[in-house]
Amino acid sequence: MGKKKIAAEAVLFAAVLILVFPVLLLAAGSFLGKEELMESYGSVLYSTDGTLTWKLIPMYPTLSAYVRLLLDSPDFFVMFWNSCIQVFSILAGQLLTGLPAAWAFARFSFPGRKILFSLYMLLMILPFQVTMVSSYTVLSAFRLLDTHLSIILPGIFAAFPVFLLTKFFEGIPNSLLEAAKVDGAGEMKAFFYIGLPVGMPGIFSCVILNFLEYWNAIEAPMTFLKTRSMFPVSLYLSSITADNAGISFAASMVIMAPSVLLFVWGQSYLEKGIAASGLKE
Amino acid sequence: MQKKQLRVWEKKWISICQNKKKPEKKGRGRFLPWLLLSPSLFGISIFVLFPFADVVRRSFQKAVGNGFVGLSNYVQVVENQAFQLAAKNTCRFLAVCLPLLLGISLFFAVFLTETFGESKRGGILKAGFLLPMAVPAASVVIFWKLMFDREGILNQVLGFFGIRGPDYMNTSCAFGVLVAVYLWKNIGYDMILWMAGLLAVPESLYEAARIDGAGRRQCFWYITCPLLVPTGFLIGILSLVNAFKVFREAWQIGGNYPHDSIYLLQNLFNNWFLKLDMQKMTAAAVMLALVLALILLFSQKIEQKWRQ
Repeated sequence: MGKKKIAAEAVLFAAVLILVFPVLLLAAGSFLGKEELMESYGSVLYSTDGTLTWKLIPMYPTLSAYVRLLLDSPDFFVMFWNSCIQVFSILAGQLLTGLPAAWAFARFSFPGRKILFSLYMLLMILPFQVTMVSSYTVLSAFRLLDTHLSIILPGIFAAFPVFLLTKFFEGIPNSLLEAAKVDGAGEMKAFFYIGLPVGMPGIFSCVILNFLEYWNAIEAPMTFLKTRSMFPVSLYLSSITADNAGISFAASMVIMAPSVLLFVWGQSYLEKGIAASGLKE
Repeated sequence: MQKKQLRVWEKKWISICQNKKKPEKKGRGRFLPWLLLSPSLFGISIFVLFPFADVVRRSFQKAVGNGFVGLSNYVQVVENQAFQLAAKNTCRFLAVCLPLLLGISLFFAVFLTETFGESKRGGILKAGFLLPMAVPAASVVIFWKLMFDREGILNQVLGFFGIRGPDYMNTSCAFGVLVAVYLWKNIGYDMILWMAGLLAVPESLYEAARIDGAGRRQCFWYITCPLLVPTGFLIGILSLVNAFKVFREAWQIGGNYPHDSIYLLQNLFNNWFLKLDMQKMTAAAVMLALVLALILLFSQKIEQKWRQ
């Protein structure tokens, strides 16, 4: 048994190592200086002669790439800020409209509830490409194309947050709410004093999952935005030029940082959220 | 303070429960739920439902003017060569990836729960599996380029074993790259879903089986597997959704016109959009939506049957 367990652990650790390897390599790459980068990855990035030598520990670690990125690339800041505006507005809007809707789905029985919920589920699985034309026509009709709102508004009215929050609200024991009603709490009070606090893990996991999703947005910005100064940071690297490749490792790390930090802080909420989206009614 | 109040309520509830008949399960009121739903419904109607209805209407019309042309837009799409290639590739991608992803992630889910249970080291490993989910596509592009270049890391590693690998992105091996990227990104997500499914299998069933002399393998095949099938359908649907998002990586690595073997429907839609080929786009969007709706319906039907 002992040997078997060690073997099992070794297999699992190896699998995790493979999965984490890209991140480690990027992290190491971001601390390389210009010369070392040229030497290690030049054959691929700049098509110079020589062979590629990849390293997880830089020989001469330096922060120069970060300094150049943060001091000399004003467009990176603009795009990072754009991402912040777009993502945080989407998250706030999703909660404002999604929470009451999810409460209605989870706590009331009304005619049409089932069909409506199936509709939300269908909307949830439709890929961006299906709704691309229709969103484009609405946005152009409202003259919103190439503004932050063209990313924010369709993002707010996504079906996934409603679906996920409903799953969490359905998990609140009815006994709690009935007891509150017996005590004379109205619908409003029941929602604010029981629904919100007890459903807080659901709200966290909804925020985290959607943050990861929208921080990584690529399709919508490249379809609805034209001006480079409106782009979110997720499109920064696809517009970078070859002679700037030196900062691309550092840029990768900075783009990744918010998502990964949030992930580390909220891993348990993230897991709960994923598990809840797989719950059956 | 709030916790105390909750507890008081709970106590009251228990005492009520003992004296009175069961109260209604859901709240009443006809007006309130619709009021609560209205902001979300309003937004979804304006941004998705009405415009999509308009897309359906336009898919039966000429490009200019309002002439009704029947199914001719659809015929044009289906006969389009780029569409045939993209549809074929997308189907092939799904046919390869979904079984692979579901299988591998189930394997790791079972393996991880059996080896570590709820221990702390298991939690750290889970974090390792999930991390790729948190890494934005924009960040890893450079890694994929380094990895799969002709002179890249993978070929170097293969070189140790005397194998001369191809230039992955510009040959039909690009398909393999896409599969690898998709698996890398989604294994953790699916693993968590499987684990939730595994937890829901009642322990008493295993105990009963063990008393009857069933081994671990038998327990897995005769208890775990059949009970996991409904979960499997749902994970399949969620993985299908995520399969469409692989375009983020594919587009950043391959651009608008990648190698033929990874020219997916997503690329096609994007290119039609850039050319403003609205007629084809509307028809193709309606078809894709229909196919996905059918898949959703079909999987729910099968699952219901399985449950009986």
